[in-house]
Amino acid sequence: MKEDLVLPATREAGAGTAQEPLLTVSGLVKHFPVKGGFPIKRTVGAVQAVDGLDLTVQAGESFGLVGESGCGKSTTGRLITRLLEPTAGTITYRGRDISHATRKQLAPIRSEIQMIFQDPYSSLNPRQTVGKIISSPMEINGIDPAGGREARVRELLEIVGLNPEHYNRFPHEFSGGQRQRIGVARALALEPKLIVADEPVSALDVSIQAQVVNLLQKVQNELGIAFVFIAHDLAIVRHFSQRVAVMYLGKIIEVGDRDSIYARPRHPYTHALLSAVPEVTLAEEEAPQRERIRLAGDVPSPISPPSGCRFRTRCWKAQDKCAAEEPPLIQLSGNRAGHLTACHFPEEPSTEARDEDIVLDPALAALEEGKTEAP
Amino acid sequence: MTTLTKAEGAPAPAGPDGFLSVRDLQVTFSTEDGPVKAVDGLSFDLHRGKTLGIVGESGSGKSVTNLTVLGLHDPLFTTVDGEIVLDGKELITATEKEMERLRGNRVAMIFQDPLTALSPFYTIGRQIAEPYMKHTGASKKAARERAVEMLAKVGIPNPRERAQDYPHQFSGGMRQRAMIAMALVCDPDLVIADEPTTALDVTVQAQILDLLKDLQREFGTAIVFITHDLGVIADMADDIMVMYAGRAVERGTVDQVLRSPQHPYTWGLLNSMPRLDSDLGTPLSPIPGTPPSLLTPPSGCRFHPRCAFRDRVGGDRCVTERPPLGPDRSSACHLGTEQKRTIFVEEIRPRLG
Amino acid sequence: MLQFIIRRTVGAFVTLFLIGAATFFLFVAAPSDYASLACGKDCSPQRLADIREALGLNLPLAQQFWDFMSGIVTGRDYPTGHCSAPCLGVSFYSGDMVWSTIMDRFPLTLTLTAGGAIVFLVVGVGAGMIAAYRRGTLVDKVATGASMVLSSFQIYFLGPVVLTILVYGTGLMEDPKYVPVTEDPVGWFVGMSIPVCVMATIFTAQYTRMARSSMIEQLAEDHVRTARAKGMSRKYVFLRYAWRGSLIPIVTVLGIDVSSMLGGAVVTELTFSLQGIGRLAVDGAVNKDLPLTMGVMLFGAFFILLINILTDVTYAWIDPRIRLS
Repeated sequence: MKEDLVLPATREAGAGTAQEPLLTVSGLVKHFPVKGGFPIKRTVGAVQAVDGLDLTVQAGESFGLVGESGCGKSTTGRLITRLLEPTAGTITYRGRDISHATRKQLAPIRSEIQMIFQDPYSSLNPRQTVGKIISSPMEINGIDPAGGREARVRELLEIVGLNPEHYNRFPHEFSGGQRQRIGVARALALEPKLIVADEPVSALDVSIQAQVVNLLQKVQNELGIAFVFIAHDLAIVRHFSQRVAVMYLGKIIEVGDRDSIYARPRHPYTHALLSAVPEVTLAEEEAPQRERIRLAGDVPSPISPPSGCRFRTRCWKAQDKCAAEEPPLIQLSGNRAGHLTACHFPEEPSTEARDEDIVLDPALAALEEGKTEAP
Repeated sequence: MTTLTKAEGAPAPAGPDGFLSVRDLQVTFSTEDGPVKAVDGLSFDLHRGKTLGIVGESGSGKSVTNLTVLGLHDPLFTTVDGEIVLDGKELITATEKEMERLRGNRVAMIFQDPLTALSPFYTIGRQIAEPYMKHTGASKKAARERAVEMLAKVGIPNPRERAQDYPHQFSGGMRQRAMIAMALVCDPDLVIADEPTTALDVTVQAQILDLLKDLQREFGTAIVFITHDLGVIADMADDIMVMYAGRAVERGTVDQVLRSPQHPYTWGLLNSMPRLDSDLGTPLSPIPGTPPSLLTPPSGCRFHPRCAFRDRVGGDRCVTERPPLGPDRSSACHLGTEQKRTIFVEEIRPRLG
Repeated sequence: MLQFIIRRTVGAFVTLFLIGAATFFLFVAAPSDYASLACGKDCSPQRLADIREALGLNLPLAQQFWDFMSGIVTGRDYPTGHCSAPCLGVSFYSGDMVWSTIMDRFPLTLTLTAGGAIVFLVVGVGAGMIAAYRRGTLVDKVATGASMVLSSFQIYFLGPVVLTILVYGTGLMEDPKYVPVTEDPVGWFVGMSIPVCVMATIFTAQYTRMARSSMIEQLAEDHVRTARAKGMSRKYVFLRYAWRGSLIPIVTVLGIDVSSMLGGAVVTELTFSLQGIGRLAVDGAVNKDLPLTMGVMLFGAFFILLINILTDVTYAWIDPRIRLS
């Protein structure tokens, strides 16, 4: 066996683990080439799916990644689990650099980082029984739990709230929520330390979503597994994650503990995102009115993102500086430790209604202008 | 075609039952496994210019109901019973020609996924102009102009050029705007919006919802808004009807249904869904089990197998007897009115954080 | 679009060259000696050497291959005379120019292909569309049932049955034969009608089923429902919205069928004792006749590649998503 099959040695296990993060990502970049041209096809550009990402995940914590489609949150998930290889930057898992590790080098780590996918219908092999699906990660990694694999699978089925008797059934015999439970059981089979959950509940009905969220929360609390929880639903991310990062066009624009992000956001995009969430208000007198921000248009293409601050094209505070200079992700004065914002002209840390709504959408502005003029 | 211009049609006073009224609607699909009663005895009313929100999960019958209103169900596999009356006209017995004159003209529809709901083969402008030509008899040129005007109205930049584009050249939000322009092109009295923002990002969703509300105010359109998202419905609707397994289980105004819900299923939905301001210490309380198969629906109240409160009803009424749903503020549950209020205030409300 | 066509055309020529190389080297790799085959039983060494010389078999293999391929473009000179471009060589077996042999046979193959395609497209796709439009009715059931039965038939079964009835039994028609259309259009039509119709029948059944299912699939598309929701009539939606989408799978299969038929419809030709390209291919293989085999292979491959490009262009015409990407 060649030397390079062994990863850089881990630092002494146990020493300083309280401080050392489970996962550290720095300067992570993933560009997908765009082919085209004539007469010979060549790379003419790149989808800058992830473009310079720094984040850390502590052991046992749940780290939320939110953002709209095209912000690169799913790509980030796939990079962390090394289903994709980064274009640049490093991913360090428990002190080992896994950014460009080969399959063989990854083998011992694969069992510790697992993934749960969005679609419970397509992520399970329809020709395998549930028992086979859940036990195959153990087989591949040559793990023989005490009492045998089958007993372990039954135990896992029990943990995720399925009947252990369903060992020999096939995925199509289960509902969407139950299938997602099977996906969770498969992820748990190898006793992972980190689970990357990519939109794990967004394909499920509301009443079923809560079941799966509770299951994941139970798993996180009782088994001490760290989560990278990727979702577009801000309320679910808040419910599930202690720390949250907001992504926009391949970059983290704001990150912090959930209270900072949801109650004291500074980045205009975080404000816009939060204000866009439709909410059931339970009582009128309760809670102050939320601010109303309506952006214009859609997210620009990640093939040619705006210069400087990527949000500037949709931002109401944008100035020349925003186009010229990319704002660093830093702790602004008045922010708590760990609450970082990438903005030259941050907003006030409040989500309460403003004197005047921010309506950038021209059609809305026109219709509402007419409304106020007409008696 | 002039008979169709709405200016002439004197504002026929909507009956006491409203502009659209559905009575005891039954929709049955024949499948290989047997008949599936997708909608079972549904009644509701909608008044001019108002928005009715229909909430329910997949399989609740909310989309089927509205396809039936437009007669877009597959007649080969579907039987429809009951009454659907639009502005005094019975629709179930209407001929295909009559329905065609109605669709896109007086009643228009907005679908969930604008990418698949718009034809990939024709330009946006053409697709918007098409119903306008058909229903108003306008010339091709006039219809093109109208399409451009509508695109401008819904906030598409450079509408004249963009009308020449195909749907795949539009972004998701822009496609849904085009879809709205298409629905409103003939100034319909009723728009049925079936999960119109589910496929969109949250900031775009907010734009589209506000746009719909503002346009409704301008056009005076009545809207049936179908969604699974209680937050969206809170934002959009005047009245709410909650559906479960092919039946309406609760109805009332937005305030009534969301602030003092009466049905255990509505409680379950509210408790299942975290909010931006909910208490983080409280875990979600999901509804146990899964929605029933409509091939073999539960007897009595269809929610009884998943209901945590059926032992408070006493006897086996939940299993044997279908709870009735009144026409106004009401819920189809055997619990007593006072009981419902107490349970909500004492047990459900605190868990909402 | 033009860029696309140019790129595909260049690619097609490269592919043709590679197919030629593969055929050539596989053929010579097989253990057989054409010269002694051509020489016959009482073969003197001198005569054998002459034949080798005449056929160019003494030259290095690469040289032989190059001569063959360049001959297609420039033409070649043989002791027996000049073979003008496109020269596919001279048959070892018959001594005829391969190109002119192919050109002799091609009108028949073209007649079979074009005639068949017209019949099965009009009848097959038409029946499928009508069945889809009238789904669930008697028309649909008859069309579906008939196509089910017919598509399980084979030409070598249906052919003799039809011949027995129409030709040998009732004598209503004569044995199928090919008469050039330029000489006798009526004779051409009558002579080829049985083979064309029998072959088309089997394809018709397949196209009926395909068109029907593809159409039903399209009718269930969201955008078709949207068009209905706009008040467009069923017929209008059928003809303007659903129809276009259903063409894609039909064009795909049509491209494959037509290109393979142009390369020779062996079974049909054998069944009706016709001399087309298919027969030529069989002869080439049986007689180990390298130039003939090469010629027929390249000729067939040319059509496959040509029709592939045409198919892609048709896709682009049908679907703006392909055209504009």
